[in-house]
Amino acid sequence: MGDLGGLNIMAEQIIFYILAVLIAIFSVLAVTSKHIIRSATYLLFVLLGTAGLYILLGYYYLFAVQIAVYAGGVMVLFIFAILLTNRPGEKVKSERKDRRIAAGITSLAGIAFCGHIIYWNINKVYSLVVPDEQKVQEIGLNLMGTEKYQYLLPFEFISVLLLACIVGAIMIARRR
Amino acid sequence: MDILNNMLSGQVPIEAYLGVSLIMFFAGIYGFLSRKNLLMILVSIELMLNAADINFVVFNRYLYPGQMEGFFFALFAIAIAACETAVAIAIIINIYRNLTSVEVGELDEMKE
Repeated sequence: MGDLGGLNIMAEQIIFYILAVLIAIFSVLAVTSKHIIRSATYLLFVLLGTAGLYILLGYYYLFAVQIAVYAGGVMVLFIFAILLTNRPGEKVKSERKDRRIAAGITSLAGIAFCGHIIYWNINKVYSLVVPDEQKVQEIGLNLMGTEKYQYLLPFEFISVLLLACIVGAIMIARRR
Repeated sequence: MDILNNMLSGQVPIEAYLGVSLIMFFAGIYGFLSRKNLLMILVSIELMLNAADINFVVFNRYLYPGQMEGFFFALFAIAIAACETAVAIAIIINIYRNLTSVEVGELDEMKE
């Protein structure tokens, strides 16, 4: 059994590194691609890879939400907007070259700074715990409760916000 | 082979997850600063929000595994991101209808 557990953990690591490489490559491709529809497709791959990470962490409910809301709803909105605002085959323009270089330097400097912080500080604070499965019942009770660490009020705020967004989006985009 | 075995034994370290979200976030920053199309800017914002969600969940799982704050924060962040995208795309379609362009350099007036 112990050997099998080791194999499981090893498989988890291998799957994680495959997903990590895919996410890194596709997120860079998504912001550098010349065709906007391709870049939306790369964004879809990044979102699906993120859903895979949620499974690896044991958050199955978040995986379902990510697939349904992001990979389903938001991507359909994106593709509608791209098809409505771009002629097919047209390449999108980037900023001038000096600005692109400045943006690249900014993000590389940010990666170096945050990577330094993460590398030198993070392993002092965490202790490893084997993920246990999260019950959907527990999520529902916490989402609908009014005690401390329960989330009925934010839930209601989100529902009102969604309604306001739907009405606002229709008001903005309707034809006069 | 031994090095590989050492690296792959044990759980995934928290630094690896944070590294993935770090790369995703700064790819978003680069796209936000270097692209001119409004939809590309929106794609970059989605990348950044997604990286933040990963961080919430990872910190919840590794530092406070008995609690659910990070999980709920990620859940609400996904909902808010969906709202924000819907409104932003409505605005972009409206801009395109009025000015027939979605390049940020050409948007110098808010009304037709």
